[in-house]
Amino acid sequence: MVTIHPKLSNELSQTVVSSTKSVKLKIKRSNPNVNSDEKFDEFVVPIEKWTTVLDSLLDVKSYLDHSVGIRYSCRQASCGSCGMKINGKLGLACFTKISELDSDTVTVEPMDNYPVVRDLVVNFDRMINNHKKIMPYVIREDSEIDAESGVREFLQSPKNVEKYIQFSNCIKCGLCNSACPTMAMDKSFVGPQALAQAYRYIADDRDKGKNKRLKIIDESHGIWRCHFAGSCSQVCPKGVDPAMGIQLLRGYLLGIRD
Amino acid sequence: MMVLRESIIMKIHYGTAIGALFLTVIHIMMRLTQDFHESLQYENVIANYESVGYALLLELLLILISVHGFNGLRVILLEMNQGPTYEKVVTYGCLAAMAGLITYGSRTIIMTSMGMV
Repeated sequence: MVTIHPKLSNELSQTVVSSTKSVKLKIKRSNPNVNSDEKFDEFVVPIEKWTTVLDSLLDVKSYLDHSVGIRYSCRQASCGSCGMKINGKLGLACFTKISELDSDTVTVEPMDNYPVVRDLVVNFDRMINNHKKIMPYVIREDSEIDAESGVREFLQSPKNVEKYIQFSNCIKCGLCNSACPTMAMDKSFVGPQALAQAYRYIADDRDKGKNKRLKIIDESHGIWRCHFAGSCSQVCPKGVDPAMGIQLLRGYLLGIRD
Repeated sequence: MMVLRESIIMKIHYGTAIGALFLTVIHIMMRLTQDFHESLQYENVIANYESVGYALLLELLLILISVHGFNGLRVILLEMNQGPTYEKVVTYGCLAAMAGLITYGSRTIIMTSMGMV
């Protein structure tokens, strides 16, 4: 059954309605905690030129079905919470304008390669655990806070920043891991997100944890299981290129990079 | 569990691929020293085996392809399923199969080159 937004169903009786267009929003619904049923609920929602998929989903939640499960926060592609499959392609709901999809029907599904919590919400445990495993912080013996000289900074040249700056843009939205074909097959694979972050810290010349990190990723379900499909880089909403980071990391392990 | 780190195994994997490619080119070029059809006749093939250099080339080719192929199979199988026992079975199973193939192939090369066939 298709549920129609009140703004559209009352269009004739209302005085002014700014929106003239509408789309059919198909939302995949499931709740594995209750049963294994999966279905698509359809809603007709009004859209403007600037309406994002997230705006429409929140419209559905506000006016048509409060029970739709969705995770979101910043609404500006900074928090990485609203990753999902939109018309079969991975993206952030807040960063995807419906007008740019060029379709009268918008289908939203939860990301692949993650267990579904409910509807569009997935469990990020695997990604977060792998992210933690590669120690995503600067490792050093000394500290920026020194008893004798007080607080100092670990200085860095702009040239060095260039080496890793794009990898610092990762917002942990998990789209790369969802797009990765190895993640789908190998449940122990560390994943492009964690590998890109391993490169980010190894390439940072303030960091002294290179050998520790290389040891972590150099195992049977580590970096060598990447087949360089490149889909991780294609879906990243922040322009990070995990596939390149993985190849650069391999250079360290093969001894062709210092 | 693994004796070798994965990066060492992959270095061997890439090295054996390059080596096998190089030796295969030589192997194919040997066919071109005479008419291709003629080079595959029984007597000519046996004569090739009886040349020590050629027998060594075949032996090396056998080892390189077996190491590369069975490591490739191990990688595929490790992606299909996970778990410590499974990984142990796959790793040692591939090693055993590799050793078996090399032994059987070497036996054929040695016996043929010694004129026992």
